[in-house]
Amino acid sequence: MTATPLWAQLINLLAAVVLLLAFAMLAQRRVLTLIDLFAAQGLALASSTAIVAFATGQRHLYWSAGLTLILKVALLPWLLHRLIRKLDVRWDVEGLINIPMTMLIGIVLVVFAFNLALPISQLANTVTRATLGIAMASVMLSFLMMITRRKAIPQVIGFLSMENGLFFAATSATYGMPMVVELGIALDVLVGMLILGVFFFQIREQFDSLDLKHLERLKEEE
Amino acid sequence: MIEILVILGFPVAGALVLAAVGHRDQASTVNVVVCLATFLSAVALTVRVISDGPLLVLDRLFFVDPFNVFLVALTAFVGFTTSIFSRPYMRIEREHGRLTHARLRLYHSMFQVFNFTMLLALLTNNMGILWVALEAATLATVLLVSLYRTPASLEAAWKYFILCGVGIAQALFGTILLYFAAEKLLGAGGGALLWTELNAVKGQLEPTVLSLAFVFLLVGYGTKVGLVPLHNWLPDAHAEGPTPVSAVLSGLLLNVALYAVVRCKVLVDGSLQTSFAKGLMMGFGMLSVVVAAFLLSRQKDIKRLFAYSSIEHMGIITFAFGMGGPIASFAGLLHMTVHSLTKSAIFFAVGHAAQKTGTQLMDGIRGLITISPAIGWGLVLGTLAILGMPPFGVFASEFLILTTAMREQPWATPLLLLSLGVAFAAVFSRVQPMAFGETTGKQLPHRPAMIPVFVHLAIVLMLGLWIPPFLADWYRQAAKLIG
Repeated sequence: MTATPLWAQLINLLAAVVLLLAFAMLAQRRVLTLIDLFAAQGLALASSTAIVAFATGQRHLYWSAGLTLILKVALLPWLLHRLIRKLDVRWDVEGLINIPMTMLIGIVLVVFAFNLALPISQLANTVTRATLGIAMASVMLSFLMMITRRKAIPQVIGFLSMENGLFFAATSATYGMPMVVELGIALDVLVGMLILGVFFFQIREQFDSLDLKHLERLKEEE
Repeated sequence: MIEILVILGFPVAGALVLAAVGHRDQASTVNVVVCLATFLSAVALTVRVISDGPLLVLDRLFFVDPFNVFLVALTAFVGFTTSIFSRPYMRIEREHGRLTHARLRLYHSMFQVFNFTMLLALLTNNMGILWVALEAATLATVLLVSLYRTPASLEAAWKYFILCGVGIAQALFGTILLYFAAEKLLGAGGGALLWTELNAVKGQLEPTVLSLAFVFLLVGYGTKVGLVPLHNWLPDAHAEGPTPVSAVLSGLLLNVALYAVVRCKVLVDGSLQTSFAKGLMMGFGMLSVVVAAFLLSRQKDIKRLFAYSSIEHMGIITFAFGMGGPIASFAGLLHMTVHSLTKSAIFFAVGHAAQKTGTQLMDGIRGLITISPAIGWGLVLGTLAILGMPPFGVFASEFLILTTAMREQPWATPLLLLSLGVAFAAVFSRVQPMAFGETTGKQLPHRPAMIPVFVHLAIVLMLGLWIPPFLADWYRQAAKLIG
């Protein structure tokens, strides 16, 4: 057993940070802190991508690291902050029910994700294959976050963080998708975010709140 | 090659032009002209593919084979007829004060964007671009569904965005896994996501990875197809958006999403050599058919009723592709065509019926034939066609699917027959009083465009009686490909 090189240790460390941040988001009630956590997750993602790029000499990964940095660390958090200022929901605190229970479910999900990823990471020949389980776990945690949240903005942050997890999975399993696809995905995320921004205002206008409990009228039995 | 660029170029140009002038009165005419141009170039492409065989152009980025060429023609055609229908429809909506000029501009522009994403998803050879196009289609339709900005439409659009967003994220993960399996054989870079390349090496793709990938892809794209239990967004989005949008959602989007599933199924079948994908698709398809059929009778809103009928029919098609074999796949392709034509025709009639009576609730719609024979008969004939009455094309495809099921999957036949019977009773008993009897409607300020309804139904009728040889030939070639 040779000693793990420094960059591999760094990648594993950053992967752990990504997972930790996913858990932190799951338990965070304040919208503003949630955005900061999301930005931090983006930063961890961008740095780990850059390290992988450096270690393996995959030039195009520098581009995706840069793209992540611009989009997920700068642009999207900035848009979200602006949106929150304009909507004036800065002090929105969510009454999350049963955080310990959510955390427990989260842990079960992580174990499940690791098991699911095991056969794939055995097949992978990338240096980052160990982190595939973590990537899958953070996708599932974001999914859990979307299910447990009742307000619009946290739900969207959950959605964006799911995209982070998917991006991480792509980097760890295959050193990233082809550039044209990555650009397309980034464009979709950005446009989706802009549309949602407009959407928030409309929801607010109609319901005077961004609480999704108002959006439960369309049911089967009326 | 030039045809493909032209097909994709027209909607993009149309979207840009209409984003600038979409609020003018002539905008709906511009919309029709752009859709007509797109349709004509799709016809040109079709002719080209018939004479020259499959096309692989622009650095292998676009690929046209018998499977997608007929869907391209169908998509462009339904897009064109919907634009004709939406001309008087949207004008009336605006005069009723449900829309402002700015929203009309948004509508026209997004209609073209939606057309573009559908055609891009069909024409691209890159599984990643296919994903990007379907996601972009979600975004465009979210804006279309929330066009009226009523509480209900906002709720429907939000539900649609979140459910399909999550669904399509699963599909992205599936695509990543697909790339992961392919990259080993084809090397990193753009080549490993090209469907033609994947298809060439499908026998050597890692089976464990591919089966996991297919689960994610089926769940992901299946959300957009509206397969039960991922169907929740579909009835709301159909009911709350403007009717032309319901028509293109049912007629185009569901087909294209299913197309994506089938493209993936071909790869997975080649890799696994088992009936894994087959079983999953048959299961999801059958569940959708049964659940949707039983939910039909509980509907009160006419657009929700036909939205559930779309779920049922997509279930039938998914089941047929899952069953596989030359006859079932042939029938599945035929059913895709006739369902898309019939359902959009029904929505055209329903849209004007709702405008005439001022309600979408079925209890409020009465005696359509008295006030407007064209709308009334359009609805009745469309309903008979979609319920599988001979001699319409839906009967032919359902008959083929049923007889194949009897031979190959006997367990499915009673379930299918029961569901079709339940659906017939539920829908027909609802539509009959709406068409006949005392009337509640009023005259409309603009003549409704009923020609698309009857053109669609005439084609469906023709396909029930006689399938043109070139079309049958495509279906056969595509069915062979699907396996």
